[in-house]
Amino acid sequence: MAMAMLPPDWPGNFWAHWGIFTVIILVYVLLMVLGFIWFERRSMAIMQARLGPNRAGPFGLFQSPADALKVMLKEDIIPSRADKVVHWLAPVIAFFPVMMVLAVVPFQGGALLADLNVGVLYIVAISSVTTLGVFMAGWASNNKYSLLGAMRQVATVVSYEIPVILSLVGVIIITGSLSLQQIVMAQDVPFILVQPLGFLLFFTGALAEINRAPFDLTEADSELVAGYMTEYSGMKFGLFFLAEYGEALVISSIVTTLFLGGWRGPLLPDWLWFLVKVGAVFFVIVWIRTTVPRVRIDQLMALAWKFLFPLALINLLVTAVEVLVWPDVSLWVLVPINFAVMIVLVLLWSKFFKLGWGRVNV
Amino acid sequence: MFERYGIGILKGLSVTIRNLFRIPITTQYPEQRLNPSRRTRGNELIWDEKKCTGCGTCAKTCPQGSINIVTSVKTEENKYKVEKFEVDMGYCIFCGLCVEACPYDALFLGYAYERACYRRGELVMDKEALAETMERPRSGYFHPEVAAELPAQSLLVDKNKGERQ
Repeated sequence: MAMAMLPPDWPGNFWAHWGIFTVIILVYVLLMVLGFIWFERRSMAIMQARLGPNRAGPFGLFQSPADALKVMLKEDIIPSRADKVVHWLAPVIAFFPVMMVLAVVPFQGGALLADLNVGVLYIVAISSVTTLGVFMAGWASNNKYSLLGAMRQVATVVSYEIPVILSLVGVIIITGSLSLQQIVMAQDVPFILVQPLGFLLFFTGALAEINRAPFDLTEADSELVAGYMTEYSGMKFGLFFLAEYGEALVISSIVTTLFLGGWRGPLLPDWLWFLVKVGAVFFVIVWIRTTVPRVRIDQLMALAWKFLFPLALINLLVTAVEVLVWPDVSLWVLVPINFAVMIVLVLLWSKFFKLGWGRVNV
Repeated sequence: MFERYGIGILKGLSVTIRNLFRIPITTQYPEQRLNPSRRTRGNELIWDEKKCTGCGTCAKTCPQGSINIVTSVKTEENKYKVEKFEVDMGYCIFCGLCVEACPYDALFLGYAYERACYRRGELVMDKEALAETMERPRSGYFHPEVAAELPAQSLLVDKNKGERQ
């Protein structure tokens, strides 16, 4: 386990580095989450020919801080028959992985809390902890609807973890490193071009893992009460909400780092490129949410096991063969090959994809 | 041919992204007001004291019985004097029958639409309250000559200009 060397141009010692980047990550999460909530509400509203929040402050920018303040001042109700300790602990456990994952995401060259040489593995491991918090919340609320919502979420996340991780392995094979810093440095061609199928699978799976539409079955705002957070109020609800948008932020950051070339880009400063790319990825998430209707639970599971999982395996195989056969070839050569492979595979698997023993076609 | 291969999702995405560059339909009400129809049966009757002869046709035709008219005879002029003309707007269903029935064009429906009040008693309108004012213009209902002077109804967004009519 190698705690990375300090960035050469960074002043101060280890603890100064630690302190500064902890503060940066905190501020990044809080500000970006507030911004994302505003951004999502506004852009979704415009796509639906509405206006969205535009009263508080310029363009309604102060709407999210006002909502956050309201949530903080609200009464915190604990159900009388709840498991109080677990009930209290659940939102914390659901939220802290969001901060921890960002420790290995480089904001610009060398600007990250810890350049772990097992970075991707660390992300995969830590981000699974959120599920534990969700399940604790469902269990401790002593409410059957909370428990059912939490169980659905656990089922989703456990299923989708597999294709998500397998689709990441393609990137790791090409780079030969698990460190996110190294992965960004290796991206002379953004990996979205080299690994188009991997990107598609990762993005789809990630949407399901963070419960964004069209896979937001657990909290389906138009159908259910709130799933596992039914019994939460006040700042605990706020923490769950923060965790949810924080996960969207984390996924945007990881997609940016692994597939879009991270902080690398011409003209603009590096950190700004990173933020722009994160914003763009989040816009795509919102765009998909506006467009696609919610899937059923059997469609959700079938998509994970019958579509994403085999495609992720084949993608892994294809990438491995490519790297073995042409170890020194330029990445640009792989781009058309991989795009062709993606199109053929997606068309083929759409043909095979059936639900309910083929009685129901989708 | 590609109907089942995810092409539907791409179509949907293109629809939503085109909506991003559309003018929102939402009206920001207190600042931005749309004109109602020129023939709107808006709130509250408007009564012209000079034209009214006190014949009481409006009161007879009102299905709700909300018009209360009391007259006395002015023998020297051989005419009715309208002592009391009171409409309980709480009962009014805005059917407009009184306007259509009035033989002397003394009754009109209103063009305004912001006439909410706090007490039921405020809904009972007497002679002074029924007069036409700036806040309560006449609507063109059953009176095309009034409608001709009112502004055109603003509907939704004008597609060509990209702004409201």
